Amino acid sequence: MIEVENLTKRYGPTLAVSDVTFQAQKGEVLGFLGPNGAGKTTTMRVITGYLPPSEGRVRVAGYDVVEEPLEAKRRTGYLPEAPPVYPDMTVTEYLAFVGRIKGISRRELKPRLAEISERCAVTDVLNRQIGKLSKGYRQRVGLAQALIHNPEVLVLDEPTAGLDPKQIIETRQLIKGLAGRHTVILSTHILPEAAKTCQRVVVINAGKIVAVGTPDELTRRLQGFETILLTVEGAAADVKDKLQRVEGVNLVEPRDTSDGRVTYEVHAEKGKDVRAELARAVVESHWKLYELKTSGLSLEDIFLKLTTKDLSEEN
Amino acid sequence: MRNMLAVAGKELRAYFHSPIAYLVMTVYALICGYVFYSSTAFFMARTFQMEAMGGMGAPPMSLNENIIRPILAGVMTVVLLFLIPLITMRLYAEEKRSGTIELLLTSPLTDMEIILGKFLGALALFAVLEVITFVYFAVLFIYGNPNAKPLLAGALGFLLYGAALLALGMWFSTFTKNQIIAGAVGLAAFLLLFLLDWVTAYSSGPVGRVMAFLALTTHFDNFSKGVINLGDLVYYLSVVAFGIFMTARSVEALKGRP
Repeated sequence: MIEVENLTKRYGPTLAVSDVTFQAQKGEVLGFLGPNGAGKTTTMRVITGYLPPSEGRVRVAGYDVVEEPLEAKRRTGYLPEAPPVYPDMTVTEYLAFVGRIKGISRRELKPRLAEISERCAVTDVLNRQIGKLSKGYRQRVGLAQALIHNPEVLVLDEPTAGLDPKQIIETRQLIKGLAGRHTVILSTHILPEAAKTCQRVVVINAGKIVAVGTPDELTRRLQGFETILLTVEGAAADVKDKLQRVEGVNLVEPRDTSDGRVTYEVHAEKGKDVRAELARAVVESHWKLYELKTSGLSLEDIFLKLTTKDLSEEN
Repeated sequence: MRNMLAVAGKELRAYFHSPIAYLVMTVYALICGYVFYSSTAFFMARTFQMEAMGGMGAPPMSLNENIIRPILAGVMTVVLLFLIPLITMRLYAEEKRSGTIELLLTSPLTDMEIILGKFLGALALFAVLEVITFVYFAVLFIYGNPNAKPLLAGALGFLLYGAALLALGMWFSTFTKNQIIAGAVGLAAFLLLFLLDWVTAYSSGPVGRVMAFLALTTHFDNFSKGVINLGDLVYYLSVVAFGIFMTARSVEALKGRP
């Protein structure tokens, strides 16, 4: 649905995006992560046809954004970081205008407007001037304009920036609800959110892609070992010893103690799933096993690792 | 076509949502009204004077020559040089400042549809100004009988003159996010052009003729006399085309051509 091939974008002498290649499959929600200045907004601006690429090609819904811009734009909905609203217009006037320039026919305009205002929860403020709305409402109007023409592809640049926690949850729900029907690419700094809303992420740093994959895949790639957390009740030294002896275990570290139960962090060889053996070891010795789970890297860790480490040798 | 009209409608609505349209119309109407009043008062005074002296064998003073033409060609064209930048300064500057330019450029509209739409919106506001001007002239028909034909030529010329200024002003508005700067650039540029016209009164040599050619106001003279000169027509249309073309180039540069 979105195909970015060897995209390079220069602003004069500055290289903003360098040889970036990735795809977003139909119906998926793709996260676009990266520090400030990494090139996320620039990439999104090329995908939406606002900026032409310096090199490379971008295709949206099969249409090249440079060769057939009108077709590509008809199928794209875009919410930039600051919602592109006209403060002097009312919400209705604005959405009607956007609907018209996005190609909605006069007949369909009214019902579409009603439907989208309902969906984005802006029906209460339809007759108010946008300049007088709160940030939350303005963001929702921005989302409404991105969706009003029912585009196949949605490009959202920091869609929850500046919203309060309740609004963030509502927006997240809305975005999750879009998956399947629409292909979404969203950029964000809020990593737990990317983990919750996106199926795959692309990590970009200093204009280059540093990783692509699901959060799990990335964890596996970045960590040299598997991590398992166990909460056991039993003599600490004995437990540690027994666990250490399980095949494939490299390290056992007690992490936490509460109520006589100790949580151990176990590092095992990469690729080895030692959970069953650990469980057996605990139960055999008649200790009480309270919790057993794998612990991946948080997306935060992934992000930091990818954007501060030089990955050229690892790749 | 649809898109162009949608944009034009948006611009017109935006003008009337802000104080700018009302400010421009009020100032314009006041100036027009004052100038009209003083010319007509003077005209009446002179007419009575002449009659009191037995006519002196001279033909009656022409309303066209003594009221309509001086106001239109002499005063209002100059007033527009100052007011039009106020109209055009927001056209692109405001979109750039508020980020809405991203909306326009990522929607399925061609750059030209946007440009022409904005131009039409501004032209529509200008048409209101022109109507105000000619309402004053229409009053003359109630009390006297001026020649209607020069008025029609004058109306056409005025529209073309306004269109030329609007197209240039729109181009200036693409330079910056700051409306004030866009307005100031327009003002400075038009002032220079006006100066050219003023200077031609003093220089008759080849340089003077070139400057007279370039000055926007000189090409209006024939229209105000009732003469539709093809050369003048082409001149104004060329300036409009130039303004639109330059706006298009400016917008492309905005996007950072590869």
